[in-house]
Amino acid sequence: MAVAREAEPVGSLHEVREAGLDRADLLRILRNMLLTRGIEERGHILYRQGKIPGSFYTGRGNEATSVGVATAMGPSDIGAPLHRNLGVHIVRGTEPWRIFANYLGRANSPSGGRDGNIHLGDARLGLIEMVSHLPAILPVAVGCALAFRIREEHRVAVAWFGNGASARGDTHEGMNLAGVRRLPIVFVCDNNQWAYSTPNALEYACETLADRADAYGFEGVVVDGTDVLAVYREARRAIEKARSGEGPTLIETKTMRMEGHAVHDDASYVPREMLDVWATRDPIDRYRAWLCDHVGMTEDEQDALSSEVKRAIEEAVTLAEASPLPDPDTLEDGVFAVSEELDAPHFR
Amino acid sequence: MPVRTYLQAISDGLREEMRRDDRVFLIGEDIGHFGGAFKVTEGFQQEFGEWRVIDAPLAETAIVGACTGAALVGLRPVAEMQFADFISCAWDQLVNVAAKQHYRAGTPVPIVVRCPSGGGFSGGPFHSQNPESSFAHIPGLKIACPATPIDAKGLLATAVADPNPVLYFEHKHLYRRLKEDVPDGRFTVPFGKARVHRAGGDVSVITWGAMVHTATEAAERLAAEDVSVEIVDLRTLIPWDRDAVLDSIRKTSKALVLHEDTMTGGFGAEIAATIAEHAFEHLDAPVRRLAAPDTPVPFAPPLEHRFLPQPDDVATSLRELIAY
Repeated sequence: MAVAREAEPVGSLHEVREAGLDRADLLRILRNMLLTRGIEERGHILYRQGKIPGSFYTGRGNEATSVGVATAMGPSDIGAPLHRNLGVHIVRGTEPWRIFANYLGRANSPSGGRDGNIHLGDARLGLIEMVSHLPAILPVAVGCALAFRIREEHRVAVAWFGNGASARGDTHEGMNLAGVRRLPIVFVCDNNQWAYSTPNALEYACETLADRADAYGFEGVVVDGTDVLAVYREARRAIEKARSGEGPTLIETKTMRMEGHAVHDDASYVPREMLDVWATRDPIDRYRAWLCDHVGMTEDEQDALSSEVKRAIEEAVTLAEASPLPDPDTLEDGVFAVSEELDAPHFR
Repeated sequence: MPVRTYLQAISDGLREEMRRDDRVFLIGEDIGHFGGAFKVTEGFQQEFGEWRVIDAPLAETAIVGACTGAALVGLRPVAEMQFADFISCAWDQLVNVAAKQHYRAGTPVPIVVRCPSGGGFSGGPFHSQNPESSFAHIPGLKIACPATPIDAKGLLATAVADPNPVLYFEHKHLYRRLKEDVPDGRFTVPFGKARVHRAGGDVSVITWGAMVHTATEAAERLAAEDVSVEIVDLRTLIPWDRDAVLDSIRKTSKALVLHEDTMTGGFGAEIAATIAEHAFEHLDAPVRRLAAPDTPVPFAPPLEHRFLPQPDDVATSLRELIAY
């Protein structure tokens, strides 16, 4: 029997205003979702052109949960997004050219070519770099929340994971510690139905993943991950609850991985009908329609947003492609930190 | 100077770090109200409170992961593994998160993980291991293995100040057996600087941790046979002091590499290979290794006694080297 709360869909403009968003904020959310999808579409082209080494991962279908949650975060909060959460980087202010430079393995990218894909972060923006052992980042985010609690700061950590990562022990250990100490953290499980080729029926046996929160002594919420405003509302509620000392929340966003695990994967194991159903709930299409209905977004406004996003992407690609590749002579640099690095301001 | 045991020196070092820097906090199992399985942190929670001496759930991944996160936002965590053996439960956090963070993201991870290690008291397969070699193979981790109370305190201060993840292997068998005068107040012992524990001219023993003392017993026996043994205590494995090792070999021309961890793939192999590469012309005998055999650490006293390199074993190896 499900114990997690099921969040209502977002309805009226009044409700959204109550949640603290004005018209400009609402358009900004659409812009961030468009930019997120646009960067990944452009990255996919670069990959097929053979310009991106390794593999390439996208989060198509997941834009609403990434952008919705990140929009609810405060400026001094910390986020640990994963590979379907490019939108978090966009909302926090990672410049698109740095994202492309990371895809392309450039020397001036966030990882300096030492890591690829969306394995990037920025201490100044409060973003922690993901590792491929995905839920390993959950205890790390819990540690950020622990530090906030030790220093009695009103900051919150937000950590993302998926239905696949939910099966690993790190997830349990992180949530358990957070629950025991009532730490200021929000766990966001993007349940996109598949872990590579493994369907949820082979991944977990409970009704919803959010139900597990009850066992850790905190609240679980299930929200439609294609409804960006519902995601925002629930994330804001959970983040502010954590900030006021009332402990963690687990938000499960129901979404769908609309493409393969990575671009090499045609995902032929996903039933066509399943994709068709989810395609009718595309988060960007849904939100665009909502904006037209509720705030009277005009075609001119939509065109302006689209061209701004397109221009930003092309400028970013140009900058990234003009960026230098790493010098092989730097291979052994930076394995260890030096003491002076601890003086950086974000270490306070 | 007060006489302090190896354990008291660690405890003093931790207390001083916590008093001088309120960013330092401790997290581990049973370390708070109980004072730790070995009582290293006895009285700490009363002095520093329960948010700086944190009793964690039984979850090494959560403990080490939380240290990394707290370090990334400015604290200086020191974790205690109740026994070094349980560090395997935190492998991913150390190897795939903490160790790689600076190289791939440019942000330092100043954490210390204290690992009570080593055998000699029938701890059996799961409370006796010396896993330092496994971690020495991982780029991005530093490894300290103090052999004396003074080094235990001084290396701990260096570990806490270091901007990288440091595994600090404290040998349980030395906790209450070793004592010496240890200076009051904070002092540091640098990483990567070996210490000549005993000067000698005929043969060198390269070792660390509790084996320094096993080697000393053997050296005393050989002294009675007019053989002068030099013992080089590495103090830290990452970084390790190649120059000190090679200097000693150039002086004595014979080398025994000794460790308590098992033989195959042990850090001794790295040392032996380095000596062969860089001091071959100075050698009067092939480099020898003496280490535990490639078995789990056994429980029953006669088995464990055979497993651990004993002073007799070291003396025999040294005599063979001298006779070569």
